[in-house]
Amino acid sequence: MNLLWLQSGGCGGCTLSLLGAEAPHLFETLAGAGIRILWHPSLSEASGGEVLDLLARVETGDVPLDLLCIEGALLRGPNGTGAFHRFAGTRTPMIDWVSRLAARAHSCLAIGTCAAFGGVTAGGSNPTDACGLQFEGTYPGGLLGTDYRSGAGLPVINVAGCPTHPNWVTETLMAIALEGLAVRDLDAYARPRMYADQLVHHGCPRNEFYEYKASARAPSDLGCLMEHLGCLGTQAHADCNTRLWNGSGSCTRGGYACINCTSPEFEEPGHAFAETPSLAGIPIGLPTDMPKAWFVALSSLAKAATPERLRKNAVSDHIAVPPTIRPTKLR
Amino acid sequence: MTRLVVGPFNRVEGDLEVQLEVADGRVREARVNSPLYRGFEQILQGKDPRDTLVIAPRICGICSVSQSMAAAYALADAAGVAMPTNGALATNLVLACENLADHLTHFYLFFMPDFARPAYADRPWYAATEKRFRALSGSAAGEVLPARAHFMHLMGLLAGKWPHSLSLQPGGTAKPVQAQERIRLLSIIGAFRRFLERETFGDPLEAVVALDSARALDAWAARDPGRGDLRRFLQIADDLGLDRLGRATDRFVSYGAYPSGGTRLFKPGLWANGPQALDLASIAEDLSHSWMAGGGGPLHPADGVTIPDAEKANAYTWCKAPRLGGEVVEVGALARQLVDGHPLIRDLVAESGGNVRNRVIARLLELARVLMAMEDWIKAIAPGEPFCEQTAIPDEARGMGLVEAARGSLGHWLAIRRGRILNYQIIAPTTWNFSPRDAAGVPGALEQALVGAEVRPGETTPVAVQHIVRSFDPCMVCTVH
Repeated sequence: MNLLWLQSGGCGGCTLSLLGAEAPHLFETLAGAGIRILWHPSLSEASGGEVLDLLARVETGDVPLDLLCIEGALLRGPNGTGAFHRFAGTRTPMIDWVSRLAARAHSCLAIGTCAAFGGVTAGGSNPTDACGLQFEGTYPGGLLGTDYRSGAGLPVINVAGCPTHPNWVTETLMAIALEGLAVRDLDAYARPRMYADQLVHHGCPRNEFYEYKASARAPSDLGCLMEHLGCLGTQAHADCNTRLWNGSGSCTRGGYACINCTSPEFEEPGHAFAETPSLAGIPIGLPTDMPKAWFVALSSLAKAATPERLRKNAVSDHIAVPPTIRPTKLR
Repeated sequence: MTRLVVGPFNRVEGDLEVQLEVADGRVREARVNSPLYRGFEQILQGKDPRDTLVIAPRICGICSVSQSMAAAYALADAAGVAMPTNGALATNLVLACENLADHLTHFYLFFMPDFARPAYADRPWYAATEKRFRALSGSAAGEVLPARAHFMHLMGLLAGKWPHSLSLQPGGTAKPVQAQERIRLLSIIGAFRRFLERETFGDPLEAVVALDSARALDAWAARDPGRGDLRRFLQIADDLGLDRLGRATDRFVSYGAYPSGGTRLFKPGLWANGPQALDLASIAEDLSHSWMAGGGGPLHPADGVTIPDAEKANAYTWCKAPRLGGEVVEVGALARQLVDGHPLIRDLVAESGGNVRNRVIARLLELARVLMAMEDWIKAIAPGEPFCEQTAIPDEARGMGLVEAARGSLGHWLAIRRGRILNYQIIAPTTWNFSPRDAAGVPGALEQALVGAEVRPGETTPVAVQHIVRSFDPCMVCTVH
């Protein structure tokens, strides 16, 4: 299968993250799935005219385009011209290149939240009129429109994340190459359910603190980050804490809040990212699928029952109180 | 005179176009176009200042931590807070990990594959080079990708993930290192040291760092030809005369890097035929050839404005043109090592100035120097002691954050009013290196470096031009942001 990768209004971070794929490494993973890189802006030899020749052959259909990966938001501004990003070496706006190539693609993938929904590039006043391939924030449409279907009959596959985990990308590509994806494999935002049916909360090492509402107050505290420090792990669709990043990491393991980066419009949460908005001491954003009354009831019960160890460790940057060692025979 | 428009220019971070006027087989004039504008300085306006820690790293996926650190330093400056020792050590480690991984990625995946092009099939070193460095298929990639990924396990431990961590804070790090993690860090660094000593240098790091002159480097290379990728590069550089390719202004700036305990690992300064004082107040951005509105004179970034104007006459790039005291300067690993005073780099630059070969040597030297410092920083971490000073951001303040990214000097300038960001200005390393002409018509560093480059008959994407461009390790997404 041929893979073409293009970058527009993004940071390149999904590519750099992808280079960290491990065991096997990226090139072996792709080769093992029979995927050949036609061109990738960071990895291929071809530059300048060689690339434009290749793209011309893709456009005529002489070179089949099995997998089109777009990284970065699509910049429609200023005033609908697309002039905020003309593809280098051409006078043509990138949005035109992407529209034409998407029409040729058997499968079309948005790599990262920018390409999927607009992402950080669409933040603030959205100065470049940025959008995703088939979504503009939570609204369907985007650059290609709601009716777009790739050659495989699928909408754009939104491998969302800021950045994407290397394996979200490689596993999606492999699934397409080896078995094909169907609409039922994608969630309501067209994210692959393989990773998007999980919550970041699953496997979070702060879960014991969460259970007792023993909360961190400031950066470097060990406690749960939900009550005060903006963590959205109980709502965020991703498997970060069961899959792990760069060996043994994740956002909550790195000491900071999950900001729900696989979600459309995560870039504008309506409050400071590192602060939990609350009403009468209760966080406004409750854990997914949790009835509010029960959350309030369980939280107050849990708070009343918080063991001393968790209460102290939650606001410490090291284990101030170790767990009690219990006599072996009385377990 | 013929005109060449070269792009898309790959194996650089982001999108790049270069326009060349060519006569008699040489580049006479070059214009560098950064064709992507995203408007981060506009996006940040009006936001809670703390949100820069989320948004700034997302300017760039390859300099993500550098952007985080510049934002954190700017907030720390605004708040008047200083990091505890552990915080400074841990954030240095995270920044160093990014910078070294970037140096590695640049050398093996972005820069060297150009020597595996068929254009060099007649050179004596070609067969070995093609086998080792060919893009996507060379043997080096299969070794470098796993080594890089293992090295970046440091990011998993200290920053949660890379890119786009939120662990780096104005007061230190949100990730306190526990005793067992400190030991694991040493094992990660140890494995990377062994990779570099085996594959990149073919010698202990100490032997590379001890090279103190051009002559010592020549002798070292001759002692064991073909052992390690640095020696392989030196052989190619010698054959192709890469020390005579891509000379720019020979004025170099470094903001200095890796503070801890009241000093820095690398000194700040300006180098112009010798050490000079670095006057940060004399930085100003010229907009005359940028698609940016603002007709007045160049402004210091603390007062800078960013208003895009895609229709502006005589403009040819989204990049602004920063100048230091009105002059063009070059930034990067070469500038850093020169300003800091490493004897090998001082001698190489005295001999042949800033050029393709010397830029690459400085980068690899830095791999060795910084990795050795990382070992010391890890050992100095004291689990149980504080990692983060708590910070309250004032409602009215200004702040400046300066850091050295892999590819050079990065600055953030922040103004807060009524608790919100009034203005945020960024000058990235490649903004310096790939700036357009200024109002006086003086071309930027790369534009100068390209003049005189060979264009072989029939070449539309001249390979000499590619070597020069990539020798700067440009990051185009940072350039305009």
